Amino acid sequence: MTMDTSPADRATADELRVADKTEVADGVVTLTLRHPRGERLPDWTPGSHVDLTLPCGLTRQYSLCGNRWDARTYRVGVLREPDSRGGSTRIHDELSAGETVAFGGPRNNFTLAPSPRYVFIAGGIGITPLLPMIHQAELVGADWQLLYGGRSRASMAFLDELRTYGRRVTVAPEDERGPLDLPAWLSAPRADTKVYCCGPAPLLDAVDQHCADWPTGLLRTERFVARDRTPARSGAFDVELRRSGLSLTVTPERSVLRALNDAGVHVLSSCRQGLCGTCEVTVLAGEPDHRDSILDDDERARGNCMFPCVSRSGTDSLALDL
Amino acid sequence: MAPVSAAQDIPHTDVDPFCPETLEDPLPMQAELREAGPVVRLGRYGIHATARYEEVRAALCDWQSFQSAAGVGLSNFRYEQPWRPPSLLLEADPPHHDAPRTVLARTLGPRALRELREDWFADAAQLVDQVLTGHEFDAVTQLAEAFPLRVFPDAVGIPRQGRENLLPYGDFLFNSFGPANELVEQGRPRLAELSAWVDDQCRRTVLEDTGFGAAIWAAADRGDITHEQAPLIVRSLLSAGVDTTVHGLAAVLYAFATHPEQWQRLRQEPELARVAFDEAVRWQSPVQTFFRTATTDVELGGTSIAEGEKILMLLGAANRDPRRWDEPDVFDLSRDPSGHVGFGMGIHQCVGQHVARLESEALLTALAHRVEHIELAGSTRRHHNNTLRAWRSLPVRVHLG
Ligand code: HEM
Repeated sequence: MTMDTSPADRATADELRVADKTEVADGVVTLTLRHPRGERLPDWTPGSHVDLTLPCGLTRQYSLCGNRWDARTYRVGVLREPDSRGGSTRIHDELSAGETVAFGGPRNNFTLAPSPRYVFIAGGIGITPLLPMIHQAELVGADWQLLYGGRSRASMAFLDELRTYGRRVTVAPEDERGPLDLPAWLSAPRADTKVYCCGPAPLLDAVDQHCADWPTGLLRTERFVARDRTPARSGAFDVELRRSGLSLTVTPERSVLRALNDAGVHVLSSCRQGLCGTCEVTVLAGEPDHRDSILDDDERARGNCMFPCVSRSGTDSLALDL
Repeated sequence: MAPVSAAQDIPHTDVDPFCPETLEDPLPMQAELREAGPVVRLGRYGIHATARYEEVRAALCDWQSFQSAAGVGLSNFRYEQPWRPPSLLLEADPPHHDAPRTVLARTLGPRALRELREDWFADAAQLVDQVLTGHEFDAVTQLAEAFPLRVFPDAVGIPRQGRENLLPYGDFLFNSFGPANELVEQGRPRLAELSAWVDDQCRRTVLEDTGFGAAIWAAADRGDITHEQAPLIVRSLLSAGVDTTVHGLAAVLYAFATHPEQWQRLRQEPELARVAFDEAVRWQSPVQTFFRTATTDVELGGTSIAEGEKILMLLGAANRDPRRWDEPDVFDLSRDPSGHVGFGMGIHQCVGQHVARLESEALLTALAHRVEHIELAGSTRRHHNNTLRAWRSLPVRVHLG
């Protein structure tokens, strides 16, 4: 078996280095993330998030809110959430520039569909996925408006960036202007207007209720659930190949794909970033730790397939149909 | 970085990658360009070209610096009018590329194809049974053309009538990415008629209620793309999904007809069918070339390329770059062909690759069941196309086992 040795292929981009951490509002920091060797990061589109696994093992999703024309940098915004199990608190209190975090994705469940007009509604940290959407709407010359709510002006991140857009942006801190005036903003559906909304559950519930009888496809929301996942396994795990009867151990520094290839098991792959889907294998037992950009939440939950170029195991062992 | 002067020391060549001798056998030209340097100047067309794996891959991945919206052929859409409305995928950049790509990637993704798998395997077995009633036949017309034409237009959902237009349309399209040479001229007389037919098949009322075409229109109903985009996305399937697989299948059949020991290996290990196809795509590279246009003054392989300049990427040459591949000229099922650029790489990487792989897996599996040995039975003939490495005829003889 000829193993590839090209540097481009060896670049399994599953770790990011924190290049910068900045407080941008009360209780909000942004992380600037780069590949440890400065290489290109996997491509993404507005609305995408990455799964970040902190040194303590907690995994949490964050929307990408940087500029994808800079292929070597991701930016995420992190709100301090005292009642979460600790992911955001640890980022705020413990993580510092120079450290590395593991990552999966990017994945996009909140894609920006083409439209001549957009209404963006953000609540608090829900502004993050909307920032690249706004940039994009501007690029294609769409007509758009943003309604941005938050507890108070000081707690609302990215106000300076948004100021450059002038009157398209309405900033509505609750302590100054009360609750968001959804009836005015969502009075009636318009075929030429898509509404994108992201924020805390009460805001999304209100918006959903408001638009309950709208035609499908006009309202698009992303629920910003502050959920930490169980510590991802960072140690070695076993992979059992049911068809060939082989068994191997995958150590932390190797991908499952590489371990398979090293054991002489042919699995065709291509992008090696969890994007193209070529290396899909069937999972017979165990729980994959999905890190690809392909499967949606339902497909992940089914747990019956995985992309071994990036995905790993959440259980002590995985059985594959190989 | 220090500014690079205009008079850079770039290797210069007068070879024409699109002349008939080269299209007959591109390997000497590929080697010449590859060895001349990481990036070379093609004097004849006044553009840059790269034939090495690392640079080709880098240019493919760096959509920020190397755009597609100015055309992925020699013609620069910034100054020249394209012959048809540009593709919403192949000839688009982000952000416009995003939504069509998302929709088509879902439509043609492995999970969507699962429903077709059984049917395509049965179709392949049936076709192979028919063809094997003779022991000598032309593998291009009887298998490489017949199989995709049997399953793919049905999967898209276009009517039966007029399907003979698909191959000549694709042939013109892939010629049109090259220079306006004799090959392009030869295609012109039928162009209006073929285009009108293809455009007509993309209409919702013409397409079946199920299939890739209907799935694309359904995405428009959901608002994921616009209703104006839907027919052009269907057009991408009819443009890029037929000739490519025909010559991909021809490549793998040619490979086995000339490598009997590899055929034995496939017979013993049928699960190698997937690797075999990608190894053939690497080895023959049915899509040989595509172009990009620099969006800014950018450096590639130590050479600076000025904003607005075209660069030719030789995928076929990259797939045989000895810097990347051991014994690149050998077709070998023991090799891991992963990472070849025969389907491209990056955001424009072939969105139909899973379709192509499924077609070949179905056909090779059916053949491996029945054929003990396959060999050439006469002289082979290439078909010349500015982009495709194509076959006109592959006479083969088979022994059943
Ligand atoms: C062996 C068969 C095939 C080969 C060698 C092949 C090759 C390629 C290559 C090299 C590209 C990249 C173009 C670029 O970077 O500019 C591409 C893109 C594309 N291919 Fe294929 N292809 C094949 C089969 C198919 C099939 C079966 C379909 C449709 C079902 C298809 C549809 C497309 C489309 C729509 C694009 C444009 C994607 C984009 O720009 O996002 N191809 N193909």
